Amino acid sequence: MIRISENANVDTVIKLVTVAIGMFAFVFVVMVPLYDVLCDALGINGKTSGEAYSSVQAGVDDSREITIQFVATNNEGMPWDFGPSVTVMKVNPGAVNDTVFHARNPLPEAMVAQAIPSVSPARAAEYFHKTECFCFNQQPLDGESSAEMPLQFIVDMDLPRDIRTITLSYTIFDVTEMAGGVAVR
Amino acid sequence: MGDHHHGPAKGITRWLFTTNHKDIGTMYLWFSFAMFILGGAFAMIIRAELFQPGMQLVEPAFFNQMTTLHGLVMVFGAIMPSFVGLANWMIPLMIGAPDMALPRMNNWSFWILPPTFLMLASTLFMEGGAPAFGWTFYAPLSTTYAPPSVTLFIFSVHVLGLSSIMGSINIIATVMNMRAPGMTYMKMPLFVWTWLITAFLLVAVMPVLAGAVTMMLMDIHFGTSFFSAAGGGDPVLFQHIFWFFGHPEVYIIILPAFGVVSQIIPAFSRKPLFGYDSMVYATAAIAFLSFIVWAHHMYTVGMPVAGELFFMYATMLIAVPTGVKVFNWISTMWRGSLTFETPMLFSIGFLILFTIGGFTGLMLSIAPADFQYHDSYFVVAHFHYVMVAGAVFSMTAAIYYWLPKWCGRMYNEAMGKTHFWISFVGFNLAFFPQHFVGLAGMPRRIPDYALQFADFNMMSSIGAFIYGASQILFLYNVIATIVSGKPTSDEKVWDGAEGLEWTVATPAPYHTFETPPRIDPAHAHS
Ligand code: HEM
Ligand SMILES: [Cu+2]
Repeated sequence: MIRISENANVDTVIKLVTVAIGMFAFVFVVMVPLYDVLCDALGINGKTSGEAYSSVQAGVDDSREITIQFVATNNEGMPWDFGPSVTVMKVNPGAVNDTVFHARNPLPEAMVAQAIPSVSPARAAEYFHKTECFCFNQQPLDGESSAEMPLQFIVDMDLPRDIRTITLSYTIFDVTEMAGGVAVR
Repeated sequence: MGDHHHGPAKGITRWLFTTNHKDIGTMYLWFSFAMFILGGAFAMIIRAELFQPGMQLVEPAFFNQMTTLHGLVMVFGAIMPSFVGLANWMIPLMIGAPDMALPRMNNWSFWILPPTFLMLASTLFMEGGAPAFGWTFYAPLSTTYAPPSVTLFIFSVHVLGLSSIMGSINIIATVMNMRAPGMTYMKMPLFVWTWLITAFLLVAVMPVLAGAVTMMLMDIHFGTSFFSAAGGGDPVLFQHIFWFFGHPEVYIIILPAFGVVSQIIPAFSRKPLFGYDSMVYATAAIAFLSFIVWAHHMYTVGMPVAGELFFMYATMLIAVPTGVKVFNWISTMWRGSLTFETPMLFSIGFLILFTIGGFTGLMLSIAPADFQYHDSYFVVAHFHYVMVAGAVFSMTAAIYYWLPKWCGRMYNEAMGKTHFWISFVGFNLAFFPQHFVGLAGMPRRIPDYALQFADFNMMSSIGAFIYGASQILFLYNVIATIVSGKPTSDEKVWDGAEGLEWTVATPAPYHTFETPPRIDPAHAHS
């Protein structure tokens, strides 16, 4: 004998399948974007903004000097010579600073690279503004040629006073195969 | 409903097409035991290699495949399906229902499992070998650096997830819609309660796991960059998604085990379960908290301090409802008329050893301390105390406890007790020393190690062989019981056992509760 209504079961199944599909979608439409937003907003992981900074600082804070260190790393298998022209700079918060990184492609064929920045301490990431950076775009380079890649940045006036040194690290990736495809920061 | 009243069909088609909850439960249980043996064989290879320092038996690449497959097979092939099998057998009997709510789907959720594990195991013979990136399959190890077999792995995880979700929907529908009249929620046996909550956890997080492997698939084959920094993604994102699934998953494994011992301890204490209501609420609290502690697996990835603190305190909070449970089990035994048949021995073993695992969990939850413990053998010791001495011991207790009801024959008690003591000694010999080598700095997942760890590792290996061998005794005992155990027809096989399952004939007939049982409204939960 059947004691439960089939409808009750159908109802339960529909609700639960909806939850399951909802959770699957949740991963893609909530977790991934939320992670990026949170990392950007809070500077977690030392992620810096992928876009050029356009506001203007109120002035220059001459009372303190921040040491900026530059680090360059090649991702596994990336053959380029890649590095900063100067490894350490002393800058005042609020001031606009310029430097260049140099890159050389030693292979005969053209390649495309993408540099991914990271700031340490991570807390400083939201105070480190790039007004111009080679990392905003993929960088193509013909075979056996070199390039100077510019970086312009401002350290925010509001940088917490206990931070005296900021390390900016770039890892350079070979993206020749995926070039032109996915959007990059 | 004429066709409802015959017995089982004959031959292989009985098993292929069955929609009977008892048949399906039996198949799940045998399948998970087979996987337990397979995963155990992988573990024996691991321990044989680690018996002495230096490279002894296998190549490092193969060693990595062994640790990976051991974890995957034990978690997804042995522990989870075994509890689904138990749910299939027992939930209808415990709530007075004639079958599961969705019998045909039930058949499907079982039968998609064996081919999937066959496929996963067959990757061992593929070019490039089986997956070797650990059961946690962190990107980019499982994407950029993965062997070609990763695609089959991804497919298996999808199917396993599907099977779990179907099984869970079935359990939820059964519990919500098929309870006998008078079986209110707060009268349900605790095993039913813990499974109901587990099933909700599964429906919520298996899709998250499916999402994670789908992203891997897209990164590997379709050029996306979810987990690749070069394209703007982030490998740490993988860990967040994985552990958002992974931590609830460990409670998916342990909650049904809590349910089992909550049935067995009262039976052999001849007292009702102490604090039934608080058990239900504690289970729900654990399930809720399991969603907000995942990053305790990631203290060392470089989270901000606020994050470390949040996840640390949230994790420690779980010890509260867990402690409530442990105290309730002890209070149930307090001044009871205890006897120590095999199911009770395994339950008490569970209680002691799970508590040790809970304490090491608390140590690991301390973020600054975890920087030392993380990825060391200490973590391996922790999770084997909660998963083997927790989930597997409780499952073993369940088999001894309900086997006489299932087949109408008693198992050999002396052999059962021997099985317990050998397991208990073997288990502790295998895993207790791992705490020490872990604290002293031995990393997990390595095929060779520094000389100072040699003695403890040899002890570990010997213990593991003993524990492994004792399972053969278990298998023998179960088969001997089914074939030629002493027949029993007592409805109540255990004099202290309570619950509807002990009101049907022994052995349990093919169809039960076709007319709903009467439930005395004055009688409390069982
Ligand atoms: C009081 C309860 C518990 C606490 C506080 C706790 C805490 C932790 C912490 C902090 C870790 C991460 C250690 C590290 O990687 O550095 C961990 C790992 C683990 N725990 Fe627990 N745990 C608890 C209970 C459980 C239970 C009940 C299970 C499963 C039945 C479990 C299974 C695991 C597993 C499988 C891992 C290792 C995962 C891996 O990296 O492979 N834990 N636990
Ligand atoms: Cu966890």
